[in-house]
Amino acid sequence: MINRKEAPPYLNAVDFDIRLKPVDKYVLRNGVEVYAINAGAEEVIQVEWVFWAGNWYEKRNMVAAAANFLLKNGTAHKTAFAINEHFDYYGASFGRSCYSETALLNLQGLTRHLPRLLPVVREILTEASFPEEELALYQKTNAQRLDVNLKKNDFVANRLIDEKLYGFDHPYGRYSRHEDLAAIGREELLGFYDQYYRRGRCMIFVAGRLPHDIFAQLENVFGDLPLHGNTTVRTDHTITPATERIYRVNNDPQGMQGAIRLARPFPNRHHPDFFGAQVLNNIFGGFFGSRLMTNIREDKGYTYGIYSYLQNHRQSSAWMVSTEAGRDVCEAAIREVYNEMERLRNEPVGEEELLLVRNYIMGSLLGDLDGPFQVIGRWKNLILNELGESHFYKSIDTIKNISAESLQALANKYLQPDAFYEMVVV
Amino acid sequence: MIQFARFVLSNGLKVLVHEDASTPMAVVNVLYDVGARDEDPRRTGFAHLFEHLMFGGSINIAEYDDELQKAGGENNAYTTNDLTNYYCQLPAANIETAFWLESDRMLSLAFSKKSLDVQIKVVSEEFKEHYLNRPYGDLWFKMRQMAYEVHPYKWMTIGRELKHIEEASLADVKTFFGKHYNPSNAILVVAGNVVTEQVYALAEKWFGPIPAGEKYHRRLPQEPVQTVPRRLDTSALVPVDAFVKTWHMPARLDPRYYAVDLMSDILGHGASSRLYQSLVKEQHLFTNLDCYHFGSSDAGLLAVEGRLVRGITLEEAEAAVQQQIALLQENGVTTAELEKVKNKTESTLAFEDMSVMSRAASLAYYELLGDAALINEELEKYQAVTATDILNESRAVLTENNSNTLYYRAAAEAAVLAGDIENEDEEDDD
Repeated sequence: MINRKEAPPYLNAVDFDIRLKPVDKYVLRNGVEVYAINAGAEEVIQVEWVFWAGNWYEKRNMVAAAANFLLKNGTAHKTAFAINEHFDYYGASFGRSCYSETALLNLQGLTRHLPRLLPVVREILTEASFPEEELALYQKTNAQRLDVNLKKNDFVANRLIDEKLYGFDHPYGRYSRHEDLAAIGREELLGFYDQYYRRGRCMIFVAGRLPHDIFAQLENVFGDLPLHGNTTVRTDHTITPATERIYRVNNDPQGMQGAIRLARPFPNRHHPDFFGAQVLNNIFGGFFGSRLMTNIREDKGYTYGIYSYLQNHRQSSAWMVSTEAGRDVCEAAIREVYNEMERLRNEPVGEEELLLVRNYIMGSLLGDLDGPFQVIGRWKNLILNELGESHFYKSIDTIKNISAESLQALANKYLQPDAFYEMVVV
Repeated sequence: MIQFARFVLSNGLKVLVHEDASTPMAVVNVLYDVGARDEDPRRTGFAHLFEHLMFGGSINIAEYDDELQKAGGENNAYTTNDLTNYYCQLPAANIETAFWLESDRMLSLAFSKKSLDVQIKVVSEEFKEHYLNRPYGDLWFKMRQMAYEVHPYKWMTIGRELKHIEEASLADVKTFFGKHYNPSNAILVVAGNVVTEQVYALAEKWFGPIPAGEKYHRRLPQEPVQTVPRRLDTSALVPVDAFVKTWHMPARLDPRYYAVDLMSDILGHGASSRLYQSLVKEQHLFTNLDCYHFGSSDAGLLAVEGRLVRGITLEEAEAAVQQQIALLQENGVTTAELEKVKNKTESTLAFEDMSVMSRAASLAYYELLGDAALINEELEKYQAVTATDILNESRAVLTENNSNTLYYRAAAEAAVLAGDIENEDEEDDD
């Protein structure tokens, strides 16, 4: 008979030696850096173009996002439909996304079709035309979408908490508004496109089963463009945090749940506390076995889920707790969040729990590095944040070795309710 | 080509192994042949609630999650109308931990009252978060209710109403476990950096001693052919009108399934699809419009769903959708269109196969359908679809008598606030 009461022996993931697969680097003749991970069993490829074209660089609200979205909705020679049809015909997907600092174009498809796909991306990067009717449609669609989203408490809470942390005039704190959407003009988009895409700073990240001539293909199609690899002049934006701390917003009189966001400012990932804070965050609310989830979901049943995380911003970041809870238990849920902060401040994390968290983070890291797209994603994060490979190993070292005392000290430094904005949208 | 080995333990548990030495991880996937379609109509939402309870302690192990996390593992689960699937991923060296955990909860749960009480609350919050407290969140409750007269696809996986979940008792939980959670109703897939012989030995060791239990024989009422169109005109506190129309379509194993799937892509999947291009981009009737289906095991629904541009009436919007359908039924599809959706399918399948976890879940699913080897025949079946097949399906499936149309109107705030919301919901349930 097997003894089912006793766990079979297992290796502590914390003892694993996790290595980041080295990345290949190539520089196009215009200075654009290309990073590549060649791996995987499937004949698929992902190419990502990163531009320093986030809303950090816009002069008026929502221009960066509109430029990013409309980039592929028409060129001098092709309609939006023809462009979509081309990517779809080869079974590829061509997405784009806009963040605070950067804006991305993402191409995924079967490796063998790459030579047919890259020239269209070139066309988009040289001759995007931002047709008036595409802009008008974008404005109309997004105005309606905004109305729908504003009915959602979580959407409203996410906007407001960022505004409190950074101020509306800061790119991290700004959000979509009808008046800004309506004011976007074609000339403005063309100007932004010309400066930040067509002649912009660009980096390329490529991963998957790569063709042997991948660098030559990229050189041929993109090497002669006026893109560059130099630093972009960064405008400074001043953070102006709100002075009031506590907010209760009524958004939906019929609503059954409130959206809760608690957040405090936190330095960026270059700060020495960042590594330890990541481990502390895991214990606090970073995964399913965290203190917040165990208490507020698994013991009290106040919510379907509760998480804490460090925002991924470059200049300055924030430590955030986020949940949707029953309308009548929102205040009780917030009290429990503060109780969990207090426990972390007053008592060192026990050895067994700490080992569990170390093993969990290491095990999931091993899983997160499984596959070419995952590996290039890690590298992209390091490179865009101007962090060396050593950052990755320092982070692993912290996971393995940080002491309960250090974690408690970090809790005392950061997990202080008085430092947290409280936003509840019901 | 996805290689796998298959064997059946004496208690009826089907075991599949897929070796992939390129990953340091292993995936253990346990699929139970039970979904929302197997629920008592007076106890809907139970299969999903039960999935939550599977994490509330088993007979010998108090904390599933803790033990898995200690071994560096992660897990999750999902319930659909057709099945319930549990999966965990952990460093391959620690795979026995997953066998220990999964076999113990197949052996018996702890049936803790506390866990049931808490998970009823958690699932109620999930219900509110995803369906009740969200604009258009109840749209599919209404559509399913209309489209199915007898088949249990009539209700959503989350359940028909909160009350059903709130009323669940420990006795219900025990009965459900006994009926569905045993080796003869389960499929175990182990994938990743594993060796087949090792998996076989571990499966015998941990799952072999579990009593077979009774095989559950599904006898669901099949939906009769619909012969008259059904329509519902409803309103809610949403900013813009929404339109959804569905047609009954063939079951997952029906040879016609592949042509219908490709037809839905041509009509309304992606930015170059017919509906999007003509009704969103050219005619400015919808802000978004998609054609899709759920790939249900039993005969399912093909849906066209979108939100209207303000100022456009639902009648105009529907007429325009019908015009596109008529065009398809009249002229069929072009070679280039067909080529495009086949290429897209090939690419989608390749991307799905990138992750071991997804390969494991697919193997379990095809085994549930009857034969895991089907996983390697999919692309071929899509490639074999002809333009004529799609033309025929457009005429067979997209008929008015086979359709269910839902107008979901944006109510004026005051009108809805004045009415009694709860009563309105009850009326729709009848």
